[in-house]
Formats: sequence, C-alpha cells, structure tokens
Amino acid sequence: MSSTINPLLEAKGITKYFGTITALENVNLKVHAGECLGVVGDNGAGKSTLMKVLSGLYKPSAGSLFFQGKEEILESPRDSQNLGLEMVYQDLALAGNLPIGENIFLGREPTKDLGFIKLLDFNKIKELTNAHLDKLKINVKSADQKVEELSGGQRQAVAIARSTAFNAKVVIMDEPTAALAIKEVGKVLDLINSLKKTGVGVIVISHRMDDIFTVCDRVMALFQGTNFAEANLSNTSRDEVIGWIMGKK
Amino acid sequence: MEDKDKKIVSLHLKLMPYLEKYGILLLLVIMILVMHILQPDVFLSWRNVTNVFKQISWQSMLALGVFMVIVTAGIDLSVGSIMMLSLMILAVVAKAGAPWYIVVITPLIAGFLCGLFNGLGITLLRMPHPFIMTLGTLYIFRGTGNLISGGTPISGFTDEVRYLGHGRIDLQWLGLEKSQYLPVSLVLIAIVYIIFWIFLNHSKTGKWIYAIGGNPNAARASGINVNKILVIVYSLCGFLSGIGALILAGRTDSGYPNAGLQSELDAIAACIIGGASFFGGRGTVLGVFAGVMIMGILRNGLNLMDVSSFWQQVLIGSIIVLAVYIDVLRRDLGTRK
Repeated sequence: MSSTINPLLEAKGITKYFGTITALENVNLKVHAGECLGVVGDNGAGKSTLMKVLSGLYKPSAGSLFFQGKEEILESPRDSQNLGLEMVYQDLALAGNLPIGENIFLGREPTKDLGFIKLLDFNKIKELTNAHLDKLKINVKSADQKVEELSGGQRQAVAIARSTAFNAKVVIMDEPTAALAIKEVGKVLDLINSLKKTGVGVIVISHRMDDIFTVCDRVMALFQGTNFAEANLSNTSRDEVIGWIMGKK
Repeated sequence: MEDKDKKIVSLHLKLMPYLEKYGILLLLVIMILVMHILQPDVFLSWRNVTNVFKQISWQSMLALGVFMVIVTAGIDLSVGSIMMLSLMILAVVAKAGAPWYIVVITPLIAGFLCGLFNGLGITLLRMPHPFIMTLGTLYIFRGTGNLISGGTPISGFTDEVRYLGHGRIDLQWLGLEKSQYLPVSLVLIAIVYIIFWIFLNHSKTGKWIYAIGGNPNAARASGINVNKILVIVYSLCGFLSGIGALILAGRTDSGYPNAGLQSELDAIAACIIGGASFFGGRGTVLGVFAGVMIMGILRNGLNLMDVSSFWQQVLIGSIIVLAVYIDVLRRDLGTRK
C-alpha cells in the first residue's frame, strides 16, 4: 500500500459551501486498491459532506476528483456508480417495503425485452441476488424477504451487498456499525475485510475506534472542514486518533 | 403449550402474505354475499351488476390515479376538479362542432396537462407537501372549468363521444337476451387496470414508484430521478382523471359545474379501504379495485334497501376507519420494530 502506486480514487482540494457556510475547505483524500481508509472527525467536521461529494450527491464548489488517474466530474450518484464508486449510507438507503433482491438491484434492475416492452426479470434478480449473497457469505431466509423484516445487521449486510453487486472498485461506508448489536458488528467488519481481499478500496467513516483499528490500514482526521492529520495505523494509537477528533495534535 | 404457540405463530406467518395480498378481496366477497342474502332477487341480477360497474366506472379511474400518487407518499386532492375541467373542455370543444375524434382526445390531453401542472408545481416550486399544491389546483381547475363554460351545463354529445361511458357490447351472439349486454365502461376498467397493474409491478418505473414511497432517499441514492418519476405519476393521475371525464360525458351526456365534486375524497377512501398506506410504498392495484367495488356495492346495496344516503355516509366513514385499523393491527404483527 505504498503511496507510490497510483491511488484508485483521489480527491484534491475539495471545497464545499452551503450558502455562507463552509462545510469543506481544500480537503485531500486518496485510497488505493485493497486498502481501507478510515475517516474520523467530530460531528460537523465535514465527513458526511465529503462522502456525498465523492458519491456524486453533492457537487463540490471547488476541487477535483480523480478515478484511476483520470479526472471525473460527477453529476449524480448514477455517474459515480458507473465508475464503480459505491456508497453505503448511514441511514442505509434501503426501501423497507421492497424485497432484498429488488433493493440490491434498485435503479439497475435486469429486464427482459419482449420486443415492444421491457419488463422486470424477477427470476434473474433472484438468481443474481442469491449468488451474490452466497459470495459474501450473507445469510438470509430468502431473497424475497422484505428489508423491513430484517435485523439491523442483516440490513447493513444487504446495504453492503447492494454496493458491491456491480463490480465496485471503491466502497464508501458511512458509520457501518453505528446501529448494530455488538454480535452483528463483528460480521460486518469481517465483510469489510473480505471486500479488501478482493481488491476493493474501502473508505470507512466511523466514530468507533474498534472499527477503525480492526479493518483500516490508514486513518485521516477532518477538523472543522479541513484535513487535520493522517497516519498509517501502525504509526498511531487510539489515544492519538481520539485527540485528532478533538482538534489536538 | 409452547409448541402449540409456535405452531400458531408459524401458521400465522405463512398466512400473512396471503392475507396481505387477498384479505381485501375476502371482505369484498363477504359483502357481496351479505347483499345477496339481503336482496336475493335483485342484487346479483344482470341489470344490477352492470349498473354497479357503470356507477363505479369513472370513480375507478380517479381512484387508480390517486392510488399511484399515494404509493409515492403523496396525495392528489385535485382529481375531481381535473375531471370537471376536462369535462368542460370536452363540452366546449364538442359544442364548437369539432369532429368526434378530437372531442374524445381533448379530455385526455387536458387531464394529462393538469396532472403535469401539479407535478411540476410540486417539484419545481418545491412545495412542502403535495397536499398544498393539489389543494390549490382543486380550486384553480374547478374555477377554470366554470370560467370556460360560464358556469352552466352544456349537454348533447354524439354517440361516438358517449361510447366509452354509455356504449353496450351486445352478447346476443352468446345466446343471451338483449338486456344482458356488457357495458363498454366495464371493459375499459378491466383494460386500464390490467395495463396499470403491469406498469406498477413489472416495469422499472413502476418499481421506482414503490421505492420512492418506501424511502425516497434510497431511491435518490440509487440514481433514480425522483422528481422526474413524481412528475410522471401526477401526470398519469391527471390523464386517468381525463379518462374519467370522458366516461362521465358518456354517462350523463353533459358537462355540468358540479361534476366530480368531492370525488377526490371518494378516490382517496377507495385507496385506503383497498389497503394503500398513506406513508407510501404499500398497496396493490387489485386492492384499489376492491376498494372501489366495496364503496360501489355499499352504495348500490343500501340504495336497493332504500336506506337513507345519510346512513351511507356514516357507513362508508366507518369502513374507512375499520379498514385502516385492521391494517394497523396487521402491520404490528407483520413488521419487525
């Protein structure tokens, strides 16, 4: 994971204003293939705004994004998805009233062409869903189960499965373990580790030092919308990272 | 003892999906049976059954439109006014001597444009809730309808214009009597409902409509253009109200200022009775049809028994509350908290 290899995703000088409020100022970030970057910071430090810029939900006021060395302008989440840049939102961004399979393929549903009309291919959705859940070793009763019937950990697993169903190269996770029971946290962290092994670059935003120190290779701290500190995990400690969050070096 | 409880729970879990899907049909069948027992000679007669379908024909269009809107967690209060305005435009165009194919298509276009206006208002003007936009257009459209017609009824349409609302499909070739015909409006209801069933359940756009109702943020994060879908939904709702206007023109042979007055509330009631959730994302086309039928049969049956229309209001209101309470109970059991 040396920084001499080209990063998979790199953000340079990202600045974002909301009216007169400066949410991000000149923020840099990079993540390599197979690497997990932890992003920490206090509430309002700009973590979520940065992630929304990376996923194409917000357009930055200034700064540029490079994906595999090429500059990209993201107009919508669809653009970032097309690049292989996927986001797992804190509020999970799942539709509880739809089954697991339809959530995983939401917006990108496979269809069968009847010549004059294109209809959803439910068999294919089910087939692909089962194969994908098996690959990630996620256990659910059936791909037809509605998401609202699942536990928090299962929902998080579905959200992660959703983000990786289309050959994702970078997966960004916003507080992936925040709403989970303790025994479910381990499963989600295992899932992140297995994603890394497949060469996916992972960005984890988290408040939990346990998460950061279990799955991340590198950690960076935001403070009041700017880059504050950054280090490889092996060169830092929990106490130091907690200090960064509070703005102390 | 514990085993027995487990069995009840698992049976309950197995029955749940069927109850959720077909429970409302059960209610409909029970109502039909009760009415049949109370009015054995009349209720299930050919004449009365076709009458029920003719009576619900235009309401069923409004209800289907409002249903789609409710699935997105929205509301359309203007459908009755859209129908009235479309009807008045049809009447004015017909009186001006336009050929029948122009007259027939005008309410559809007018309805669609009214719906488009609602959709663009809600999304572009960023109204805090569709209730407000469509409450506004409830007045705007009805006022416009009265302005263009002078607030007086306009009657007398050609047979072609009246075909969808008034036409009959003769079944004498099946060996039936002349009085045993099929109303064209019944066939129209069937066709429109099947088309929208396919649209909502088997097309991408239909799935996205449900997803928006379930969680608009999820839809947005999935790259779905939520505003575009909402504009489509309100436009289609207006279009269906336009079909309602065409049917009503056929049935009544006139455009009149009170057309569709309060029918938006009937449409909403039919959706709610049919199991659609005000929070969005829930409900079926079949359910809406059942909801429309239940209201139609209730009115028809009570009329047959000479019950005062005041009692009809009380009963329909009670059914709304009861149907939703059953829904609340069902969801308590079915959903993980």
